[in-house]
Amino acid sequence: MKILVCISHVPDTTSRINFTDADTQFDTNGVQFVINPNDEFGLTRAMWFKEKQGASVHVVNVGGAETEPTLRKALAIGADEAIRVNMNPTDGFSVAKQLAAVVSEGGYDLVIAGRESIDYNGGMVAGMLAKLCGANFVNTCISLEIDGQNATAIREIDGGKETLSTSLPLVIGGQKGLVEESDLRIPNMRGIMQARSKPLHVKEPVEATAETQVKQFEKPAPKGAVKLVDDVQSLIDLLHNEAKVI
Amino acid sequence: MSVLVYTESEQGKFKKAALEAVSYAKGIADMMGSQVTALSINGGDASDLGTYGASKLLQVEDGSLDKFQADTYASVIAQAAKAEGADVVVITSTANSKFLAPALAIELKAGYIPNAVALPQSAAPFQVKSSVFTNKAFALSEISTPVKLVGLSKNAYGLHEAATTCNPESFSPELAGSSVEVVSVDKSTDKVTIADAEVVVSGGRGLKGPENWGLIEDLAETLGAATACSKPVSDMGWRPHSEHVGQTGKPVASTLYIAVGISGAIQHLAGINSSKVKVVINNDPEAPFFKAADYGIVGDAFEVVPALTEKLKEFKAQNA
Repeated sequence: MKILVCISHVPDTTSRINFTDADTQFDTNGVQFVINPNDEFGLTRAMWFKEKQGASVHVVNVGGAETEPTLRKALAIGADEAIRVNMNPTDGFSVAKQLAAVVSEGGYDLVIAGRESIDYNGGMVAGMLAKLCGANFVNTCISLEIDGQNATAIREIDGGKETLSTSLPLVIGGQKGLVEESDLRIPNMRGIMQARSKPLHVKEPVEATAETQVKQFEKPAPKGAVKLVDDVQSLIDLLHNEAKVI
Repeated sequence: MSVLVYTESEQGKFKKAALEAVSYAKGIADMMGSQVTALSINGGDASDLGTYGASKLLQVEDGSLDKFQADTYASVIAQAAKAEGADVVVITSTANSKFLAPALAIELKAGYIPNAVALPQSAAPFQVKSSVFTNKAFALSEISTPVKLVGLSKNAYGLHEAATTCNPESFSPELAGSSVEVVSVDKSTDKVTIADAEVVVSGGRGLKGPENWGLIEDLAETLGAATACSKPVSDMGWRPHSEHVGQTGKPVASTLYIAVGISGAIQHLAGINSSKVKVVINNDPEAPFFKAADYGIVGDAFEVVPALTEKLKEFKAQNA
């Protein structure tokens, strides 16, 4: 089985979000970038398939050279090869088009992406990629088993979960649950050394026109100070009379 | 020319999120001098949609669509959008809508903005504000394609009555079978879900163990609320990760969010930024959550929460 894991290069979850250039650009100053957490669960599941069922695992990112340390980390975790599509991502559609080109060229059976990246939260790339490639798609996937060409997936729905049966080629939008948090891997020294010599291919992008464009960013308005109360009756009064939520 | 809105329903009743989406679609239609056509799939009563401004309802009734299938539903919505010549298609941000949205966008060759939080700033060019960085910021984005697809965040726009006569019409799309088959659905129907809840009561490590979750559940039951938890609680297995609220868990956009024994890590706060009123109960006055809260009580959860539950029961009885 040939697996492609899509890796987004995103600000660490503890990052403070700021903007520059008259609020038109994300301010990367002092920000540490990591593998998108939803993708990390997918990468770990891909490693499970590699070790238990036999699979080759490639990772891909659409981004500039600054994303290579993130791809190297994925290689250190155990991926066999990495691909970087040399394009600064603009919108979800143009990223999906780049990934579709990689998938059609590489002939992957299974593509694992995160259900969304934690920066733009678009949640569209995996589904668009599946549609562009004519592959089956399961979103918010919390369990995945592969038996030959058949796949059984469980996805989270509002208020429960749903078991689905489908076949390869398959794209999933994965999240926590694909593996447990405690199963996530930290690269060890051997993995880091091996990653240095693993192939990292740089591909030039195919033609793709962005359909959406961010014109301006804005931060939420500052909040007023908390009203502290001493007793629960005062809280109920405030929630009823002032906030009018009960 | 019209605005098409896909209205999700459950057991023959439109979801509140769907009615909110109709209100939002009516707001866009008014900006464009256009009208709202709603699409329902095995849905409910057309008059529910007329209340919020839909003047036409395309009703799809087909037993093969009883179970949600993203690719088939996307195809049905795309066919309706094409039949109506819709310039704008509005959907919600439920798990199912987010599942079908990418396929729908490709079928319609439509630029897609998810997590919209307000009416478009302008109709031409079409610019919409949406939540990004897990509610830590907003982006004003422009869609450049002829057809626009917008996903509305829950509780971002609210319900706005705009009484209209809604004329139902039967709509019969071509249905292709799905290659993703639903084997089983496991849904807790007796509990309010985080996705639908107006009120969420959430617990953290301050509860000290899963055996104390009765405190949270009693308060939630009194308020008709959903229960939720912080990441450490989910990681330790005290609660299922479907209840984990935060940057790598679920976002919450409730009217009232009550956090008990949660210190307020930046990742958790990102997940609840869209909630309107936040209440924090914590025995540590320095807990960062107090800076993000509207109301707070510094005190022991094991004393404050049962007292709050009892007083709320009295309040409910008096205001029933």
